[in-house]
Amino acid sequence: MPETVSLVVNGVSVEMPAGSMVSAAILKTGIYAFRRSATGEPRGPLCGMGICFECRVIINGEPHCRSCQTVCKDGMDVRTDG
Amino acid sequence: MSARTYDVVIIGAGIVGSACAVECAREGLSVAIVEAGIIGGGATAAGMGHLVVMDDSEAQFALTRYSQQLWDEISDELPREVEHDACGTIWIAADDEEMAEARQKARFYSDRGVPVEILDAQSLAKIEPQLRQGLVGGLRVPGDSVIYPPAAAQYFVEQALARRAELFLGVAVETITADGIRLRDGTSIAAGVIVNSAGSWSPQLTRGLEVKKRKGHLVITDRYPNFLRHQLVELGYLKSAHSVTADSVAFNIQPRKTGQLLIGSSRQYDVDESSVDVSILTRMLDRAVEYLPGLRKLSSLRTWTGFRAATPDKLPLIGPHGEHKRLYLATGHEGLGITTSLGTAKILVAQIMNRKPAIPVAPYLPGRVTQEPAHA
Amino acid sequence: MVNICDVLVVGAGPAGLAAAWRAAKSGLRATVVDDNPSAGGQIWRGEQAKPSSPEAQEWLKRIRSVDIQMINGARVFQQPEAGMLLAETSNGVCELKYESLVLATGARERFLPFPGWTLPNVMGAGGLQALVKTGLPIEGKRVVVAGTGPLLLAVAAYLRGRGANVLLIAEQASSMQLVRFGIGSFSKSSQAFALKRQLKGVPYRSGCWVLKAHGTEKLERVTLFRGGDVACDYLACGFHLVPNLELAELLDCATKDGVVNVNEYQETTLKNVYSAGESTGIGGLELSLVEGEIAGLAAAGKRDDAQKLFPIRQKHRKFADLLNRTFALRDELKHLAAPETIVCRCEDVTLERLRVHESWRAAKLQTRCGMGPCQGRVCGGAVEFLFGWRAESVRPPALPVRVESLIRGN
Repeated sequence: MPETVSLVVNGVSVEMPAGSMVSAAILKTGIYAFRRSATGEPRGPLCGMGICFECRVIINGEPHCRSCQTVCKDGMDVRTDG
Repeated sequence: MSARTYDVVIIGAGIVGSACAVECAREGLSVAIVEAGIIGGGATAAGMGHLVVMDDSEAQFALTRYSQQLWDEISDELPREVEHDACGTIWIAADDEEMAEARQKARFYSDRGVPVEILDAQSLAKIEPQLRQGLVGGLRVPGDSVIYPPAAAQYFVEQALARRAELFLGVAVETITADGIRLRDGTSIAAGVIVNSAGSWSPQLTRGLEVKKRKGHLVITDRYPNFLRHQLVELGYLKSAHSVTADSVAFNIQPRKTGQLLIGSSRQYDVDESSVDVSILTRMLDRAVEYLPGLRKLSSLRTWTGFRAATPDKLPLIGPHGEHKRLYLATGHEGLGITTSLGTAKILVAQIMNRKPAIPVAPYLPGRVTQEPAHA
Repeated sequence: MVNICDVLVVGAGPAGLAAAWRAAKSGLRATVVDDNPSAGGQIWRGEQAKPSSPEAQEWLKRIRSVDIQMINGARVFQQPEAGMLLAETSNGVCELKYESLVLATGARERFLPFPGWTLPNVMGAGGLQALVKTGLPIEGKRVVVAGTGPLLLAVAAYLRGRGANVLLIAEQASSMQLVRFGIGSFSKSSQAFALKRQLKGVPYRSGCWVLKAHGTEKLERVTLFRGGDVACDYLACGFHLVPNLELAELLDCATKDGVVNVNEYQETTLKNVYSAGESTGIGGLELSLVEGEIAGLAAAGKRDDAQKLFPIRQKHRKFADLLNRTFALRDELKHLAAPETIVCRCEDVTLERLRVHESWRAAKLQTRCGMGPCQGRVCGGAVEFLFGWRAESVRPPALPVRVESLIRGN
């Protein structure tokens, strides 16, 4: 099994250790606002365990994916809406 | 024990009761609103807030049309929380038979001054790209809208309170007496007029009332702002609402102002418990994804149920009870309570004040129902 | 996908693993289902390859030594009929059929609103730890750890170990409460000693809490009660733990005061349904493990063996009681939020909109607080503390799932 995986966050390539979560990858690129709240506030991860839904981003075209519960995979396309 | 006396006591602060309350208060009547639970907590909380004209019968059309005009008159003053959205309805035709129904419906509405637009397959696909291929067309009714009903009930209660109505919240009615109501705590409220607007609970307070519970299911999704523009209803919906015995589901979906989608609908008779029925839910969603394949992948947050108050002839009971000299009924609105709440309030007050109502009330009079039909 | 077993365990944290191990050792077919990509729950997150503690090492080894079916990345959302649960995976819906069920759904952090808490880079204490465990580089970053509970110490020590500059720990409990806790927990002294060593030089301020988080697009600094302003990159703030009850409530297990009711055999009010771990009451690792073992043995019909573990559980329960008393929330925390502070993050409902209502039901209906994707998991702990409002009945799905999963090809 490879030691690292390579994914794309908002068009920028980022390398992560295998088994990392997408949320960590996003934060590593320097992005802290993952999405906008109902009234337009910038929001990022809160609970880290999949219950707060603040870390949702678009993964491979699918919206509302909890990035803290999604393992990074090679070639994944991640888009934030912050 | 102090005597509490009002011109009108309104039982139930759902959307119908609260609309009646503000209308009575506007007349200068002293009003008591008695609500056992919370404002708008019954069918008002559970259902879709679809403001829609219906053509099931002349009487249904008259009441929905009148009410819709009343909603249009107040739409600008409604608070933000009511989320009034003039998105319109599209009735979907899946085959030629339904398309013929659509055209018939179009004629009915346009003959009576309701703006409509017939859509062919191409324009339907263009206006609602998420619909599946192969549909024949539809009927667009741009004058229909959508609201968030609990906030509307709350607003009407506040409007009534501003006109010196009094609210008894969390207070249950034990029985309707000759001159008012007795509460569960033993105290009484006297009133010149008592209005039973307790929805699916109304038969508990008025014996022999031909109002039965009709259970419905709903599912709400996460936010998908550009998925749909209109409320979409299959023309087969009418078949579902028509049935008086069978459990049925029909495609009915609403885009909320939040971007969430509210998916319905189902109807079940003779079911008293409120738990989510997995087989009905599955059938309902199956139907919905048939029309909107993209719905499959959307995130659903929550499912729930509610009880509509249904009468044998599908028209509400609005008017004097008859036997009880002070008792009026404003209940039995089935799936149209949100829409017709405003019209109900107006014609109820007209009857109380002995004025000519804006539309004929004979079809809604409680006295019209004499015998219990065999099949109900 | 269909999985048939004798004992289905929901949750692969310590309690769940202990239950599954005992059931499997007793010769039953045991399946563990968990939302996370690997076993370990929160405390042992990502440690399958590299355990960080002797307990983790022992238990992860035990799990591998018996025949247990592990289903990861699966979120349980519905019970369509007795003896079956449905779980959503990325590939579709899994039907989990069982004779006995053990709910080991653990706990989540309690969040309390305060001005600025919704800024990016303000996270839970366990939240930031989870993010670092799953790949967030924290080296050189300035972190303030705040809130309440022993988790703060564990998180601070962990972050420091990964190179973070932990500026201070702000614990709202008073020094007197904390002293009593220290004295009463002799059995934990070796752990405490290790933590003390790891946290040498990091100020631990009792009777201290965050008043406000400042920043425009993200966190820049925090203001502490009697602590001035501290510039920082992350705020890891959580107020102890609350049990995850949603699945138990969905199944109609009786709950009271925020925990699942169980008898001495960890049995709920539903026949053949057990619960163990934090969901039956916050009590820490050792208690979760022994409760899990008892539940697994009871599910396997080995009540005598289960009974032998009662004294151990009793001992750890004493610690749990002390734990929860020590870290009880002070009243000042009820007044942190300003009228315009958001309480429900899913629907952006502010405090001033909420507090006009007399009941949780009315508040939910009128403001939609608690009706968003988290279904009250974040705001629920807060509204209970602020207003005394308790969550009510739970409807399926227990967690958001795709519409097609609700249909499940029926």
